Amino acid sequence: MATITMAAKYKTSVKEPGIPGVLKMMEDRFVFTPNDPRSSTKLNVDFRQIKGHKFSKDGSKQALLNLTQDPEKGGGYIFEFNSFPDRNACRDFVGKVLGRIQSAEKPPASQHAEQLSTKELERRMKLLTEDSELQNLHRQLVANGVLMDSEFWAARQNLLDNDNYGAPKQRAGFKSAMLADVKPLADGRTNKVTFSLTAETIHQIFAEKPAVHRAFLDYVPTKMTEKDFWTKYCRAEYLHKTKNSVAAAAEAAEDEELAIFLKHDDILANETRRKIQRVDPTLDMEADVGDDYMHLPDHGILRDGSKETVEGDNEFSRRTLSQDLNRHGAVVLEGRALDVELGDTRTVAEALARSKQGSSTENSDENANMEKLERVCRMTEIEDLQAPRTFPVAPLCIKDPREYFDSQQANAVKTLGDNGAGMKPMDCSLSAEEAWIYLMGQISQVKVRGFNHPIVQSEAALKVLNGLNQNLSSTKYQFGKNSQESVLDRLPQRIKADLLNHWTTIQELLRHFWSSYPITTEHLSKKVIRLKDAMTDIYVKLQEIKESVQGDFRHQVSLLVQPMVQALDAAFAHHDNEQQKRAAKGGVKPNGFAQ
Amino acid sequence: MKFQIEDVTVYFPYDHIYPEQYQYMLELKRALDARGHCLLEMPTGTGKTAALLSLITSYSLTHPSNPLKLLYCTRTVHEMEKTLAELRRLLHYLPPQTRLLALGLSSRKNLCVNPTALSSTSRDSVDSACRRLTASWVRSLAAERPPGDIETCSFFEAFDRAASGGPDAVMLPPGVYTLQDLRAIGRERGWCPYFLARQLIRYANVVVYSYQYLLDPKVAGVISREMQRECVVVFDEAHNIDNVCIEALSVSVRKQTLDGATRNLNRMAQEIDRFKATDAGRLRAEYNRLVEGLAQRGNLPLTDSWLANPALPDDILKEAVPGNIRKAEHFLAVLRRLVQYLKGRLQTENVETEVPVAFVASVSSQAGIDQKMLKFCYDRLHSLMLTLEITDTDEFLHIQTVCDFATLVGTYTRGFSIIIEPFDERMPHIPDPVLQLSCHDASLAIKPVFDRFQSVVITSGTLSPIDLYPRLLNFNPVISRSFTMSLTRDCICPMVLTRGSDQLPVSTKFDMRSDPGVVRNYGRLLLEMVAAIPDGIVCFFVSYSYMDGIVNSWNEMGILQDVMQHKLVFIETQDVVETTLALDNYRRACDCGRGAVFFSVARGKVAEGIDFDRHYGRLVIMFGVPFQYTLSRILLARLEYLRDTFQIKEGDFLTFDALRQAAQCVGRVIRSKADYGMMIFADKRYSRHDKRSKLPGWILSHLRDAHLNLSTDMALHIAREFLRRMAQPYDKTGGTGKKTLLSQEDLEKMSEATLEMF
Repeated sequence: MATITMAAKYKTSVKEPGIPGVLKMMEDRFVFTPNDPRSSTKLNVDFRQIKGHKFSKDGSKQALLNLTQDPEKGGGYIFEFNSFPDRNACRDFVGKVLGRIQSAEKPPASQHAEQLSTKELERRMKLLTEDSELQNLHRQLVANGVLMDSEFWAARQNLLDNDNYGAPKQRAGFKSAMLADVKPLADGRTNKVTFSLTAETIHQIFAEKPAVHRAFLDYVPTKMTEKDFWTKYCRAEYLHKTKNSVAAAAEAAEDEELAIFLKHDDILANETRRKIQRVDPTLDMEADVGDDYMHLPDHGILRDGSKETVEGDNEFSRRTLSQDLNRHGAVVLEGRALDVELGDTRTVAEALARSKQGSSTENSDENANMEKLERVCRMTEIEDLQAPRTFPVAPLCIKDPREYFDSQQANAVKTLGDNGAGMKPMDCSLSAEEAWIYLMGQISQVKVRGFNHPIVQSEAALKVLNGLNQNLSSTKYQFGKNSQESVLDRLPQRIKADLLNHWTTIQELLRHFWSSYPITTEHLSKKVIRLKDAMTDIYVKLQEIKESVQGDFRHQVSLLVQPMVQALDAAFAHHDNEQQKRAAKGGVKPNGFAQ
Repeated sequence: MKFQIEDVTVYFPYDHIYPEQYQYMLELKRALDARGHCLLEMPTGTGKTAALLSLITSYSLTHPSNPLKLLYCTRTVHEMEKTLAELRRLLHYLPPQTRLLALGLSSRKNLCVNPTALSSTSRDSVDSACRRLTASWVRSLAAERPPGDIETCSFFEAFDRAASGGPDAVMLPPGVYTLQDLRAIGRERGWCPYFLARQLIRYANVVVYSYQYLLDPKVAGVISREMQRECVVVFDEAHNIDNVCIEALSVSVRKQTLDGATRNLNRMAQEIDRFKATDAGRLRAEYNRLVEGLAQRGNLPLTDSWLANPALPDDILKEAVPGNIRKAEHFLAVLRRLVQYLKGRLQTENVETEVPVAFVASVSSQAGIDQKMLKFCYDRLHSLMLTLEITDTDEFLHIQTVCDFATLVGTYTRGFSIIIEPFDERMPHIPDPVLQLSCHDASLAIKPVFDRFQSVVITSGTLSPIDLYPRLLNFNPVISRSFTMSLTRDCICPMVLTRGSDQLPVSTKFDMRSDPGVVRNYGRLLLEMVAAIPDGIVCFFVSYSYMDGIVNSWNEMGILQDVMQHKLVFIETQDVVETTLALDNYRRACDCGRGAVFFSVARGKVAEGIDFDRHYGRLVIMFGVPFQYTLSRILLARLEYLRDTFQIKEGDFLTFDALRQAAQCVGRVIRSKADYGMMIFADKRYSRHDKRSKLPGWILSHLRDAHLNLSTDMALHIAREFLRRMAQPYDKTGGTGKKTLLSQEDLEKMSEATLEMF
């Protein structure tokens, strides 16, 4: 970015005449030197002090640039330039520099008030309005000051991200249904029939009937309006559908545009000829025609009922349903190669023409031939008579690479941090023999001593299982065999809502609580205290609920509440434990080694 | 893997082998030892082709002193490609010093690389375009004139120059050459691939080509003449071989043909006049040649020969052309009279049926053409066209047809009938008179093949009942066997569906097929299946017209739209190009997971040769029983002939024919034992024992009694169950019970066990 030097006037307010001089901007600072060497208003300001910049509109009276120090107070360094291009050059420079500085500053800054774009805010609002549960939680935690807004959302980054810069949306292909086969609607009273065409239908018609597409490009809007065009098209379709080939021929003779829709599609025929070259040779029945000497006219058995006589070669009645179906299938398989929004017919038609041009230039070459051969080879072999062949590896597609790698890195850092203290620098230059000896030693140790830390302590496991069993059997006893019902459904509405509500809140709080450990900064320790207070409140509330219900439900409710209470207890215990440790050590240890 | 069958070391291109493949090879080997013909039926999906190629190749490697040549006949070009691909696979497994030359042969249209000739679209025009560039007189004229004056084919000229250095000069290194490889070599070396292939088949160990090259005498004379007796001829997918044979000897003459023939005759008359004025010596030379007989044909330049005599060549070559047609103008006059006579016969109001003897007698009395003259028509015409230096042979197809007809009618006295119909029965209001010479006896066309070659192998997935084929083709196989399939799991699931979901019977019987209830029930069946079954589904209908009708009805009822919610729909049409593209798209739809339905026709081209294995076909629905059109005169005449000659009952033959088509259609769904598929026979008539029992054994053995009389909902239930079962992992070798997959070790143990037995 180097530097930029520009003649400008410096003023402290907009109305002042200003001091003429030279403004020089560098990557980290800007310097203003007045033309009058005697003047004392020299400036040498670090860009880091600048919080924002404002500027007057192009074409307004003055070409101003205001570098603000504090957004609230206003004021700052105002420069007037001789021309707008000069100003714009400086403005762009400042914009870049500020952008870089801000992004570098972001991590520390984000702990405090986060600078949010309005777009971001809108999105958050939208999410909250859409999801009442989330809204509830947000109100409870953020509005009551337990969590900061940013903390709350940080845990829900995925919600924000998904729509924010989600991966390019998958494009929808053509529908399998045959839209191009427009069905006329008769109203029953008059002889009028109605066709309705949508943008989607029109797109399909263009794709499946190149002749109609070409005619559209040729005629609309120079020769006829779009409406006329489609009316004609529908008329032709109607004639075709009613199989009234005589009427069709008659009308086509009078109206050459109509005839286009009824005639055989010559573009299709060309395309077919091109495609047949690329067909898999094991399917190529066209080659047989050339090899079949029966094909000589009048040889072989002509009329034994297996061959059907083709009806007269009226060029208007040749298009059959089967052809339409085949064509439709082919187009659907080719997929939709259009990026334009459906809507304006003309743009769609032009885009389609462009994409066709692109595709027709690609040619089948020797490579394709080789591929075809290989394919034939693969197809001919009998798969279970030999070992399975290794298939070529499909490339891994990560939907959102940034998210993936970020999370991976975070995990890696976490594991590193966890055993960071106990980690010894490993000497990796072991010889194979040494490694072998070491490994054998480890194995024999394990054999003798068994594992020190089984994954689940057997006593604990037994306790949990017993508890579950008891719980289940008692519930079962209460309900009989009706498995559909749950305990919650039998509780009074209000208690049920409260319980569910508390449950989600506790989960949210606990998530934040545990994620704050190890406490490395002042901010985190404050947060933990806040969280703990909130949890204590809920704890009390839970106890209240437990006591408020009576009789039958009391047992059930206490069963439900128990896990929540236990989870909270564990958190409190941890917190107290930590507190004591910190007190004992007197905070001698540097950050990051709280444990 | 490599193992021993008796004294033959067999190289098999896979690590494992199915027991039935081993059995198949064993029987085949015995037939080769006995130098006799054999008839082998083995279910589809058991690797017939691989077993066959592997054994015959290994057999000829074991007997190097007397190398066998393999002539492998396929129905279609795409099957030829498949066979060559398997052969290529086998080649990698053979011992490295093996010199195996294998190639596919097809017509000029599929082999030509000359851009001028290729620009014409149909086969006949490619042929004649080629002839225009390569005929001997064109070339000699071009040699006289300054270069560039007369266009010749550079590819052929280069090939001819190279070939003049002896056959070794144009020999290709050992290997497997598909049509595409031949074309590539042709382009690279500048040689004509067609004539290169024609040259190479004399030296090749394996030649893969179409049935017609052996069966159709018109072609066989040119292509297969040099094949020596030490050949093994294989007809693969031969269940329809009788139909191919009778088609090869059938000709029909229409009004257009006769009009065209008249035009051709006029043009020839002009040419004769021109030659008389300029080069009378040529005609006289031809006359002299004919006096000596036609035996000089073998010396014709390579490029001048074309379709040979439609009759059996040996009969003709011994005799000289009768005197009264040796002169060109006399012969023309005879042909004019013949055409005139045929025109007269076509103007009939009623259907007439005649036997050849009566027809020849009537020609003789009314047009003054005797049987011997008729018999020589084709050769005489051929000679005359050469003399007149006619290159645009595609213009002269009509007169050739008439001469084909004359020669056939003059040669055979039995096994044929002549049927004259003034209109097609199904469209009585359109006059379209046809005179058809139809052959009823399949053995006529195949007889020279059986006589000439030491071993002929006829094999297919459906040859049931296997005793019928020797009678139809009139030969004595030394081995005739039908193999069953040993299955690791029940990977095929045939069902007979007799009722729709409303419990009303479904059938394509003539009086029921247009019933909207049946149409709807068929539609509902498809709809239910489309929703339940993944990937590809294939439907076969009894005829094009029936398929068109029912698809249109489904479209109007909205069933088709519902089907398309689940899968894309592709349809076979009478246009091969369109059908090929539809198939290609069908495969792509199955590959990409979208799934598709293919509507096809039994007896159509797709049913004949396209595989719907693996995910390309998880279910086949056969809508109806594909009977032939029983009112056809030709069929009636053939049935009568079969009854009189072979004592085959009409009903039996019709059922046999319909069921082999049905079995053929459903058999396309399975390729190996790892594959699986369902087959639904949707017609109440399949539940009858006389129909069902004609199905091949490997289908019948899986057809449980509980699956014989199903309605749509029951079939759907069974299908779901079946798919779930097939999704389970299984032991491919068959586990502890009967082995269904043999390794080399197993085979060695087996052979030891047999040795100990003796």
